[in-house]
Amino acid sequence: MIAILRAAAQFLIILALFGGVAAFANWPVYRQTPQGTAVIMVTFVHGADRKAACRKLTPAEIAKLPPNMRRTQECPRSRPPLYLELDIDGAPALRATLPPTGIAGDGPSRVYERFVVPAGAHEIAVRMRDTPRSEGYDYERTGRVTLTPDQLMVVDFRAESGEFLFR
Amino acid sequence: MIGAIRKPLRYGFELIERPFERVFGPALNPLAQLGALGFFFFWIVAVSGIYLFIFFDTGIEQAYQSVESITNDHWYHAGVMRSLHRYASDLMVVMVATHLLREFAYDHYRGARFFSWLTGLPIIWLLYASGITGYWLVWDKLAQYVAIISSELLDWLPIFGEPIARNFIATGTLTSRFFTLMVFMHIAVPLFLLFLMWVHILRISRPKVNPPRTLALMSLAALIGVSLWNPAVSQGHVDLARAPVEVGLDWFYLPLYPLTDIWGKGAVWAFLGAFSVMIGLMPWLPPLRRAKAAEVTLDHCNGCGRCAEDCPYEAIRMVRRTDALPFPTQAEVNPSLCVSCGICTGSCPSSTPFRRSEELVTGIDLPEYSLKELRERTRETAAALEGPGRVLVFACEHGAGAGGERGVVPVPCVAMVPPSFFDFVLSRKLADGVVVAGCAESACFNRLGVTWTQERFTGARDPYLRARVPRERIKTIWASTLEVARFERERAAFAAEIAALPPPVARKAQPSAPAARTPAPDRVPEGTS
Ligand code: HEM
Ligand code: SF4
Ligand code: SF4
Repeated sequence: MIAILRAAAQFLIILALFGGVAAFANWPVYRQTPQGTAVIMVTFVHGADRKAACRKLTPAEIAKLPPNMRRTQECPRSRPPLYLELDIDGAPALRATLPPTGIAGDGPSRVYERFVVPAGAHEIAVRMRDTPRSEGYDYERTGRVTLTPDQLMVVDFRAESGEFLFR
Repeated sequence: MIGAIRKPLRYGFELIERPFERVFGPALNPLAQLGALGFFFFWIVAVSGIYLFIFFDTGIEQAYQSVESITNDHWYHAGVMRSLHRYASDLMVVMVATHLLREFAYDHYRGARFFSWLTGLPIIWLLYASGITGYWLVWDKLAQYVAIISSELLDWLPIFGEPIARNFIATGTLTSRFFTLMVFMHIAVPLFLLFLMWVHILRISRPKVNPPRTLALMSLAALIGVSLWNPAVSQGHVDLARAPVEVGLDWFYLPLYPLTDIWGKGAVWAFLGAFSVMIGLMPWLPPLRRAKAAEVTLDHCNGCGRCAEDCPYEAIRMVRRTDALPFPTQAEVNPSLCVSCGICTGSCPSSTPFRRSEELVTGIDLPEYSLKELRERTRETAAALEGPGRVLVFACEHGAGAGGERGVVPVPCVAMVPPSFFDFVLSRKLADGVVVAGCAESACFNRLGVTWTQERFTGARDPYLRARVPRERIKTIWASTLEVARFERERAAFAAEIAALPPPVARKAQPSAPAARTPAPDRVPEGTS
């Protein structure tokens, strides 16, 4: 009798411990952003134009090169940085100079930024420079979006078509 | 500094362990079976995982549906398996954390024992990698959250050219190839984990890798009960157009994920790095003063192999004889593995105090606490005993008895004392009774000292306590440093009992014990341990 009671006590202790563990396996719930907000995410990978920094070689310089390696201009290996701006409802949300990636600085620039905004309508503007100009933009897009709570809106960039995507 | 953390922690463990030991008994105490439970849960996870894989569809479009079907349409077998798989994995985390803290609290991680500690570190990493890839496969909202945060964490490291996190937000970029890679990882990483679990216990002799059957059955039954009460379910199909902002987290595997929002990713990596470096350095901080390793005296070693059999740390090997004695083997100690517990001295047939020679030499001995010194201390301590019921205590320095003021001979482990010593004390009337005071029964500091002592007393293990030794005059008390009061009570009660006994019948002068070098008597079959 005592043995049975003892075994029952042992089992109940194990059951309680395991039950406690199981309870924390998906509870309490974690909320990453406040209720009633949405997320705008700016993310893309794009390399700034390398050609702009190229330099024409002089005839004397060309003559010095081995005949099979003669070319008319010399381009730097590394890429210049990108410049990106994002405005949400007319207020600047992002002003970023995005350096190239890679050890030699020859990889594309990348961006991955998250903005939490209240759900509802927003005016969004993105602008980017991928050439060494210091004024004006090579690409830009503005648009009005209506975000439902917890929506994830992505601002992407397609290099092939040269346009920003809102989705 | 570290000691100031370790001592209260040890106190805390003792505080919990003693009641557990009372309810479960020393053999079933789960806190003394943590490593074995870890292996047990691993096997449950492995078997349930293989079962689930039969029903799982690895395509990115089909994965979620297949898990839903497992959970709902086949809840009575596959669904239960899914819950077992999840909860046994969670229990592994709980077990690892408790095991780590306990080995730390009991100071089992320094000196020669660094190996198990150090190999525990990659085990933690792999365990987490296994769990995280597992949550990925369900491809529900939690999986999306895990995918995004995991890849954001990886993107923080300057390894990948393109941010992998992009795959899990912008529609249309995620390929089934990536998903197949995850499935592969979720199988390969646990296999590697199992390999490391094996490496982890390489340097431990007779590691407990299977819990006692009763405990295993109860745990399995409890796991099934919990699975029926709170079945593991998914949290809705991935929706890449919505941020997975509200998820029920597995707080065992993902506690750091919310911290990436609060602290930032760099800080989470810094925390992980600091934790790993700390675990890696701990065995040498602060350094343990290591007593000299056991040494073999070949003249007194007949190559019986008992010491190698009994050493809890795989520190002794039997090697080819190097001297002229006619035995095939001799004992050899690897000093880097030896913790100087003296258990080998206690098991050597040459360790007998009855020898007359002043130079008491045995086959294997501790340079800093020789058998000769043990005999001298025994004589001196016994000589100071007075009155009726003179009780001599051999006390493990890690147990409750070590603190006693009078009549105590401290030893690094009670199994260091060969049973012939108790015979010696009683037959020479150095004392009227002997107390053997070890650690708590399920928490032997030297892992096997309690078991060996018990088996020597019952005659299940060489060298055994001879039948002629009056058992009523020997008492074992297993008590931790927290239980000094109980120890003192039991000792006093025993002393009173001894005082009431009729004086022992005079025996003829003892023939001296068999000389060393005679081959050991036939071995008594070993008890199962
Ligand atoms: C899956 C995870 C793990 C399993 C299954 C496991 C299993 C085991 C087992 C079976 C033993 C032998 C216990 C005995 O028979 O006395 C052991 C010992 C040990 N473990 Fe683990 N372990 C795990 C993780 C860890 C971790 C993470 C650490 C710490 C970083 C650790 C530290 C130790 C130490 C220091 C010992 C040696 C104890 C001694 O020398 O007395 N283990 N482990
Ligand atoms: S003292 Fe003996 S039993 Fe103890 S660890 Fe060293 S060799 Fe092994
Ligand atoms: S005689 Fe002693 S030292 Fe030699 S193998 Fe046997 S127990 Fe070990």
